[in-house]
Amino acid sequence: MKAQDYKISAEKFVFRKTDGTLHDNKLETKPVSYLQDALHRFSRNKGSILAAIIIGLLVLFAIFGPMLTPYSVAYEDLDYAYALPKIRFFYDNGIHFWDGGKDMVQSEAYYNEYLAIQIETRRPVFIGDVEKVEEKYMGKTRLRYSFRLDTYNSAGVKFEKLTDAEYKAVQAYQDRTGIQVIMPITDPNQRPETVQDKKNPNIWYKTKVGGGNKSEIVLDDNGDFINIYKLDDGTDSYTSKVYWEGDEKQYSYGIFRGDTWEVRLDCRAYYAYYHSEVLKDGITEPLHIFGADAYGRDIFARLASGARFSFILAVVVSTVNLFVGAVYGAIEGYYGGKIDIVMERFVELLSSIPFMIVITLLKYHLEVSHMVVLFISFFLTGWTGMAARTRMQFYRFKNQEYVLVARTLGANDKRIMFKHIFPNAIGTLITGSVLVIPGVIFSETSLSYLNIIDLNSSNITSVGTLLAAGQNALQTHPHIILFPAVFISLLMLSFNLFGNGLRDAFNPSLRGTED
Amino acid sequence: MYMFKYCCKRIGLMIMTFVIIIVMCFVLIKLLPVDTTTVGIGEDATKLLQQLEARGYNKPIPEQLFLYARRIVLNGDFGICVNIPEYRNRPVWNIFIEKLPPTILINIYSSLFAVPIGIALGIFAALKKNRWQDHLISTSVMVVISVPSFVYASLILYLLCFKYGNLPMQVSSLPDIVAAYPEKNLQYIPETFNWSLYFNSKMFVSMIPAILSMSFGSIAGYARGVRAELTEVLTSEFMLLARTKGLTKSQATVRHAMRNAMVPIFPAIIGEFISVMSGSLIIENIFSIPGVGGLYLSAINAPDYDFFMLLSGFYLAIGLAAGLVIDLSYGFIDPRIRMGAK
Repeated sequence: MKAQDYKISAEKFVFRKTDGTLHDNKLETKPVSYLQDALHRFSRNKGSILAAIIIGLLVLFAIFGPMLTPYSVAYEDLDYAYALPKIRFFYDNGIHFWDGGKDMVQSEAYYNEYLAIQIETRRPVFIGDVEKVEEKYMGKTRLRYSFRLDTYNSAGVKFEKLTDAEYKAVQAYQDRTGIQVIMPITDPNQRPETVQDKKNPNIWYKTKVGGGNKSEIVLDDNGDFINIYKLDDGTDSYTSKVYWEGDEKQYSYGIFRGDTWEVRLDCRAYYAYYHSEVLKDGITEPLHIFGADAYGRDIFARLASGARFSFILAVVVSTVNLFVGAVYGAIEGYYGGKIDIVMERFVELLSSIPFMIVITLLKYHLEVSHMVVLFISFFLTGWTGMAARTRMQFYRFKNQEYVLVARTLGANDKRIMFKHIFPNAIGTLITGSVLVIPGVIFSETSLSYLNIIDLNSSNITSVGTLLAAGQNALQTHPHIILFPAVFISLLMLSFNLFGNGLRDAFNPSLRGTED
Repeated sequence: MYMFKYCCKRIGLMIMTFVIIIVMCFVLIKLLPVDTTTVGIGEDATKLLQQLEARGYNKPIPEQLFLYARRIVLNGDFGICVNIPEYRNRPVWNIFIEKLPPTILINIYSSLFAVPIGIALGIFAALKKNRWQDHLISTSVMVVISVPSFVYASLILYLLCFKYGNLPMQVSSLPDIVAAYPEKNLQYIPETFNWSLYFNSKMFVSMIPAILSMSFGSIAGYARGVRAELTEVLTSEFMLLARTKGLTKSQATVRHAMRNAMVPIFPAIIGEFISVMSGSLIIENIFSIPGVGGLYLSAINAPDYDFFMLLSGFYLAIGLAAGLVIDLSYGFIDPRIRMGAK
């Protein structure tokens, strides 16, 4: 077709409007910026909002958790090892959940052992009622006791060696407060003979060797326990006015051996004494919200500390990686050509070294703490992903018209890179660095779980260490792994949801698809 | 021909990367002193020192590197174990091949279990898009992908081994298997593969918890991938054409949608089967699997240099090979994709 086929004669044109001027209507809607749009679309994603709230709560836990508990990370108390999670409110209101109690069905012998603790310490060892149940076992019915054991009060009493000064100090405390701390000592000659009970401080009653080489309780005619307290033979320097109820000053409270006093202490009362008089740390009663581990360490304090470290590590690593990766990737992507090929080979090499190799070599070469090794190895290899991301974005934007315009107007490379291209890539990069966080936390947890990196010290610990400790006691004490596992799972889940929401929100091609 | 050239180029680059990293590792490892002080009482320290001397441990590092490479090429000798008491003075290669079968088997079992289930779940979710079935599957996939494997390994251990089930906590050891089947006349020969000991019901049952723990993550991964691909393909225009030309919905899905959706999934499956040998350090640790992962862990913690070199090289090779095969298989599976094209 030729151009003249479309020739239209001039007289066919008429003016549409001859009076006044013609102009576009001004837009009446407000412009929506990229960030506003992303925020708007993010806030419509309910899952991501929920995830953001959970992340917020976990961060608050990490920041304020260590302040909420009087226990420190290093605090240990073997008397309350394996204490179950307990919340005051549930305990006081008789709710049989999260109250430090453990449901058990036991034989009479075991039931009696717990009952003896209750009788001697005069604190309830059973939460709620004890029921007798009949159980069919190998064709026979046998009597069992079903009860909920208070894992705090069942600590009972313990043997302890006190110096003369300590012995006197505890007695002074007894006189001042009227609380019985030192229990009458048991007569060494009447102690049970079986191996497993020989050193059991909670046996204050008469026993004999029963079947299966187990101690069997000897009851008196009324069905009561018979105590085996040592009678005072004048060697005891016990001068306290407080006597154990039922004692007419005839029992002995300590045996002097070597240069220390061997005594039986009421765990709970001694705990109060020790914390108020010796440590002066403001702790009044044993209460572990998340329970205690095999060494009686407070899981709440340790988890909060581990969480705090994980968050700090992840945020620092992701920020540093964002900066290093963005600059590196920007140079690669913007200049392209030979520079790109050389720099890209280096990134490829670095990113194909397994992380395990990096961390092992650094661990043995650097004479620094494992925490520093962890930071360095993340800095060393972590930025490559961010660099690749930035490079892609720069390839995408560098040939667009607005870049050409900027260059024509005389903008230098630095200005084009960081003022013109970078703001367009920022959404992807932010999403990328948020998604790095759960990855870093996961790596750190795995490494400390496998004990390759040992972060356990007096003032810090890691979630992975807690998980490993819980793993070892999984069969008998599953509560130790419960809270660290819940924490890490919630954290991973919410970061993934949050990151996905962020990615969708910053993706302009998804704009309007949800409506 | 183009593809062949491209493959050669990629393989060459891979070998280069491998050599550079391994040499770097070797030099850095050799800069560390060999610690022979951990040799226990009653063990022959002089024998160990002689072995080390014979292998040239006191020569300059470049010379050692040459000797190391020559020993591997000529004798298949990867060195001896120094610092792990269990294997001291024994060739690391022999120990390594003894540890290989459990790792491979558990990975193959879990892949065989995970791939069909994962793909089936993904297809089902895509076909029921935005219905409750899809929401249920997608939510559980999100949860399973996010929760770290050691958490659900613990959960499986607690529920299936302690609380409600009676599965064994640990993978059976080889001497146990020999003792369990006296009638089969089995023999455990140390430092060999011992394949015959792995295929019996006792071994399989003891592997179940580990297999389950390993496959959960893969199932979720495949389900998510297949769902994403298939939903995209199902809305494309050629599907509309397929329906207009008279195919039923299921015919169109199976013949057209599925084949296209599988393009990114198949490379992933191939990659998974290549990396069956690498296993998982965490799962092997939890279930006490006598595999390569556990060996690597003790080599790292000891540290034992010859083991570390061998296993690092092994993991590095598998990682690089899997990445390469995944990349190349795109080109073979889908002729429309020209690998490395400008």
